[in-house]
Formats: sequence, structure tokens, C-alpha cells
Amino acid sequence: MSFFKNRFMQQLLASFFDLAPILAVVIVFQVLVIKQPLPDAGNLIVGTLFVVLGLTLFVQGLEQGLFPIGESMAYAFAKKGSVAWLLIFAFCLGFGTTVAEPALIAIADQAASIARKGHIIADSAAAQAQYAQGLRLTVAFSVGFAILVGVLRILRGWSLHYLIICGYVGVLIITPFAPPEIIGIAYDSGGVTTSTITVPLVAALGIGLATAIRGRNPMIDGFGLIAFASLTPMVFVMLYGIIQ
Amino acid sequence: MNSWFAHFAQVLVETCKDVLPIAAIIIGFQLFVIRKPLPNPVKTCVGFVYVLIGIAFFLEGLNMALFPLGELMAKQLTSPAFLGIAPDTLNVPWQKYGWVYLFAACIGFATTLAEPSLLAIAVKAEAISGGTIHAFGLRLAVSCGVAFGIALGTFRIISGTELYYYIIAGYVVVLIQTAFAPKLIIGLAYDSGGVTTSTVTVPLVTALGIGLASTVPGRNPLIDGFGLIAFASLFPIISVLGYAQIAGWRSKRAAQS
Repeated sequence: MSFFKNRFMQQLLASFFDLAPILAVVIVFQVLVIKQPLPDAGNLIVGTLFVVLGLTLFVQGLEQGLFPIGESMAYAFAKKGSVAWLLIFAFCLGFGTTVAEPALIAIADQAASIARKGHIIADSAAAQAQYAQGLRLTVAFSVGFAILVGVLRILRGWSLHYLIICGYVGVLIITPFAPPEIIGIAYDSGGVTTSTITVPLVAALGIGLATAIRGRNPMIDGFGLIAFASLTPMVFVMLYGIIQ
Repeated sequence: MNSWFAHFAQVLVETCKDVLPIAAIIIGFQLFVIRKPLPNPVKTCVGFVYVLIGIAFFLEGLNMALFPLGELMAKQLTSPAFLGIAPDTLNVPWQKYGWVYLFAACIGFATTLAEPSLLAIAVKAEAISGGTIHAFGLRLAVSCGVAFGIALGTFRIISGTELYYYIIAGYVVVLIQTAFAPKLIIGLAYDSGGVTTSTVTVPLVTALGIGLASTVPGRNPLIDGFGLIAFASLFPIISVLGYAQIAGWRSKRAAQS
């Protein structure tokens, strides 16, 4: 139990240090540049504590519950089993980890509330929730798709450049057809998707695969899954915007 | 207080729906495809409960602190009183917003330099390159890249120019760099774009963008508000590739002389 407490305290500290640079910059600017009293300081402090606590519990829970299973499973699927199951697993991994990504949940809500204010969607809470949900599912689907293609790449030994260039070309072709209000969100969604949960699990899958297949270098082939997973959401979210 | 608990319970229920898919996938695969019982079911369940409560607190905290903070900074740094202009000036020249660019750059630089996943990547890069790349040098390069990227992103919002011109130009630079960069570093450089924007940076930077687009005269949050994260994920790729290139040249020149 004391070991657990120790880990918890360490994680709490780590979460705080994640937030510290932001707080430092904001405080310096408030004190030296803006020189005005902060409105609602109490709420800001409580909210900051919530963020630190929430992040700590989240990462702690992941390390305890999800990561050990996810990683051993990624290695297990990479080493044996049929290609079909491996691909299904890859898709599910990408989809599942992205759906639960807290930053994506927050950004999708934000995007939906702005779309509602801008009268892109019907002015009701239900329409807003539906839009946010649709956005998240689209991004999750595209990350799943990207991980699937990325795994195929490692299996077949395709060059990473071609995938990335295809992704770029996809973005370039779709952009002129996409409604202007979706472009910013689409471009942002690429960077949002790949953080806390997705990166470690996907990296485990990639490196496990590259180690299991002869003639693959984990350093070269193991990386690159994340990169492709930040490109596909741009294309798919713009498609979502066109269909809407 | 009671209403707050009701609200929190609602957030918790919604989080359940969010986390259920990943739980179902992992447990489903474990039981039906690999066909082994969970190695440590109690620990796993406790872990899931932590994840649930964690996300709920995190989202609540975002709505209370990071989102308002980003918008507040945007409002304060662009308020006519702060800029020293007449309250309803319509066309404020972009040079007036110097503090906004500086703030954006500082946020980008500080958060990236402190980012743990970037540290991990930098150490790996040093190992791959056999010492021609230094971990701290790489982190500095990426941080400068993100700082410049976010500052340029705020300039885009303030000037109201089209997002895709910048991103396309960035892609062209990345493609040219890729053709010349050492092969070993390419996958890593591309990945660095995704990992530098962490779970706490994303909401604050997004709020800053939306806040700017809502307060700068003539801008529409719907069209101009998003896009900062895109900049923050593009520029690290450029700076890592650039850094690897320069480090390669320097070690070559050192070997020749």
C-alpha cells in the first residue's frame, strides 16, 4: 500500500509538472504585462487542482488496468495469430483509444458549441451533443483506419514516405471541397488524437510487430504509426463536414 | 453544492459511455480471441474506475480553469484598453498584437520543453543517431519549432488569412526536407509532431485561439478559431528534420577536418 501511495504521489507531482509551465507563463504575463486582478481566481485554482487530480487518476488507472493488458495483447497479436485478427485488433485499438481520449472529448464539445452559436447546426442541446459525438466517432474511425494501414505497412514493408505523401495529397485534394468552418477543426484533430492513451499502446503494437517480423528494424519500422494517425483524421473530419 | 454533485454525477455517466468502448475491446479480445482469463481482474477493474473518475475530474477542471484561462488571456491581451486604441476601432493593424504573439510563443516553448513524451523521444533519437544528435539540443529545437508555430498560428487568426495556405506550405517544406534527411530519423520526426501537443496543452491553446477569434474585430470563431494545434503539430516535424540535417553536416565537417 505504501508503494502504491508512493507511485500516486509521484504521478501527482508529474501531473503538476505537466501543468506548471502553462501556469508559470500565465502568471508572468498576468503580473508583468496585463497587471489586472484575475476575475474568478477561486474557480481557476479549484479547476487547476481538478485537472491535476483528474490527470493523475487517469494515468494511474491506465497504468494499472489498461496498459499491461493492452501491451501484452499487442505483442501477442504481433507475434502470432492470423493477419485478419491482427488487423481487426489494430483497428479496434486505434478506435477505442481515441474515443476515450479526454482532450478529444473536450475539443469536440467546444467545436460543437461554436457550431451551435454559428448556426451551422440546429440550436438545441441534442443537436450539439450529436454533432460532438459524430466528430469524435469520425476521428476515432480515422485513427483506427490509420493504425490498420500502418500495421499493413509494417507487414508488407511499405515505405513510410509513400503513406505520408498519400495522406498529404488526400488533405490537399479534400480541402477545397470542405466547408470553411470545418477546416480548422479538421486540421487540429490530427494533433489532438495522439496523446495520453493512444501513443503508448500504438507504439507497443508497432515496436512489437517490427521486432517479431524478421528483417524489420524496430527503430525504423516501429515509428511512424502515430504520424499517419495524425494525418487521416484531417481527411475524414473534412469528409464529415461535407456530408453534414 | 448539491447541484454541483448532480452535475458531476452527470459528467461521470457521460465519461462511462466514453470509456466503455475501449474497455469492451480489451476485455472482449482477451476473453474471446486470446481465450485467457484476465490476469488480474480486480486490479484491472480498479484501474478502470480510476480512469473514469480521472477523466470526469479532468473535464470538469478544464471547464473551470483551462478553457476560461485561455479565453481570458486572449480577451485581456486584445482588449482595446490594453492595446491603447479607441474602443471600436475596426481595422487594428496586426503589429499591434505583439504581446499575443509573445504569449503564444512562450506557452508553446515552455510546455514543449517540459513535455515528458518529447524527452523520451529525444533520448531515443540520440541513441539512433549514434550521438550526432543531442537529446537536449533536439528538445530545444522542437520547443522553438512549436513556439514559432503557435505564434504564427495566432498571427493567422489575427490577420484572418486562410489556414490551408500555411499548412500546405509547411507540407511542401516537410517533403523537401524528407528527401534530404537521414533515413533513420524520418519516422521519429513525423511522430514528434503528434506527441508534442499534450492533453493539457491542447485545451488551453484551443481556448486561446477561440478567444482571439471572438475578440479580434472582424474575426469569426467558427472559421478562424481553430487551427493552432495544426501549427503546433507541423512545426516540430520541420524542426526535428532540420536539426538532424544540421547535426549530420556538422559531424561530417568535424570528421573531415
